[in-house]
Amino acid sequence: MSTPSRYWREIPQRYRLEANKCNRCELTFFPPRLLCPECKNRKLEKSKLTEKGKVITYTIIRVPPAQFSDQAPYAVGIIELEDGVRLTGQIVDCAFEDIKIGMKVKLEFRKLFEEGHAGILCYGYKFVPHGE
Amino acid sequence: MRDVAVIGIGMTKWGELWKKSLRDIYVETALLALEDAGIDRIDSMYIGSMSSGLFVGQEHIASLLADYLGQLPVPATRVETACASGGLALRLGLMEVASGMSNIVLASGVEKMTDVGGDEATYALGTAADQEYEGYQGITFPGLYALIARAHMQKYGTTREQLAKVAVKNHHNGLKNPLAQYQFEITVEAVLNSVKVADPLNILDCSPITDGAAAAIICPADMARKMGKPLIKVIGTGHATDTIQISQRKDMTWLEATYQAAKQAYAMADKKPEDIDLIEVHDCFTIAEICVTEALGIVDKGKGGEAVEAGLTAMEGKIPVNTSGGLKSKGHPVGATGIAQVVEVTKQLRGEAGERQVKDARVGMTQNMGGSGGSSVVHILERE
Ligand SMILES: [Zn+2]
Repeated sequence: MSTPSRYWREIPQRYRLEANKCNRCELTFFPPRLLCPECKNRKLEKSKLTEKGKVITYTIIRVPPAQFSDQAPYAVGIIELEDGVRLTGQIVDCAFEDIKIGMKVKLEFRKLFEEGHAGILCYGYKFVPHGE
Repeated sequence: MRDVAVIGIGMTKWGELWKKSLRDIYVETALLALEDAGIDRIDSMYIGSMSSGLFVGQEHIASLLADYLGQLPVPATRVETACASGGLALRLGLMEVASGMSNIVLASGVEKMTDVGGDEATYALGTAADQEYEGYQGITFPGLYALIARAHMQKYGTTREQLAKVAVKNHHNGLKNPLAQYQFEITVEAVLNSVKVADPLNILDCSPITDGAAAAIICPADMARKMGKPLIKVIGTGHATDTIQISQRKDMTWLEATYQAAKQAYAMADKKPEDIDLIEVHDCFTIAEICVTEALGIVDKGKGGEAVEAGLTAMEGKIPVNTSGGLKSKGHPVGATGIAQVVEVTKQLRGEAGERQVKDARVGMTQNMGGSGGSSVVHILERE
């Protein structure tokens, strides 16, 4: 099991969706990068992800990794946010058959899994349907 | 650069080899390659291994295996780029021989995957994905390829049956490969009705967990010519990278690293897709073979599903793909897979592929891929 520092280090992204962006290329990076891979610009500005987006592909995980075994089956998708950033994450609070490519979703802060017995409770973002 | 040839190949029966350790499997296989080449000393060795640390709790295997192969003190290098580690081992060996730094190099790969349980194996394979941003969300390896499959189906109309036909074809080919882990036919119905793993992929869309190794001996072509064997030259090599998170690619249905690696290999070999007689591709999941055939340029973008359905990539098709049975039937000991592809193509070009021999095969290609496509290694071989 990793020390808590690995979890703690990711908190700005997992809890607060902190990203950064290259104003020259108008690209947002999540997680934040030290340089823009397109123009090599190192003066990137802090930003925060938008919280609404749409599903661009998805799957239903039926054979899960060990720490997710009590949750399976569950849906995982790739979501494109309004700022163009794409994230991989679970799609929850809806029936599997209602998930469609193009479906509108928004980010919510949820518990993702527990790191073994008496381990860290791991939190982060999940996606929920978000009407019209 | 010097021309380089494959003068020896080795592979043993793959499967769940409970009685054999990593070093046993490796040494048996490497000895076959040395015997095939008719030599007993090498100048250097490369070993592709994705995760001996997680699978058997042993790092530093390059020295260990050099020792057990009786080759101390030769330089031995372990190579890792997830499931493309074997392909990369050949590429690095090729560079060493082509540059003139060494004459005889052993390019090899090994993975011993059944010493851990299913959860641990899933975890080890999962480390090829982005642990902080994919693994953390509960995605698995079949899940990542399922995301690609769904996107491909949506964009190009690829069907669930077309995916199944990749597995059916590769099992059909593997039936004629005595070294394959799974030597049995499967049907489209069986694939469609098999246990769901990550929709739309079922268990029969997935390559298995396998113990195995593969080895190839390479040397300067001039030296090989004197040995009187069919001269199988490695005439092209390519290696490229892409984001390891599939969500970060502009087009999730397109394997850019494979496209780039193939472009390099075609240019170096001065060949075009239509010059290739057979290909061994990285069908870790059925959708992977479809996307790879597109990225290699043997079918148009989006047409990989139709191509397998039309039999274009079957043994008797225009361009046979995975005559060995592919990862699906032959097995997928991850670090060994890239070298096993070279073993198959070499057998085909020598005319030693037995029942699955492709008639008049002269130019063959291998494509070995890491993770969900974040790395890819392509080689082109030709019989002189
Ligand atoms: Zn930029």
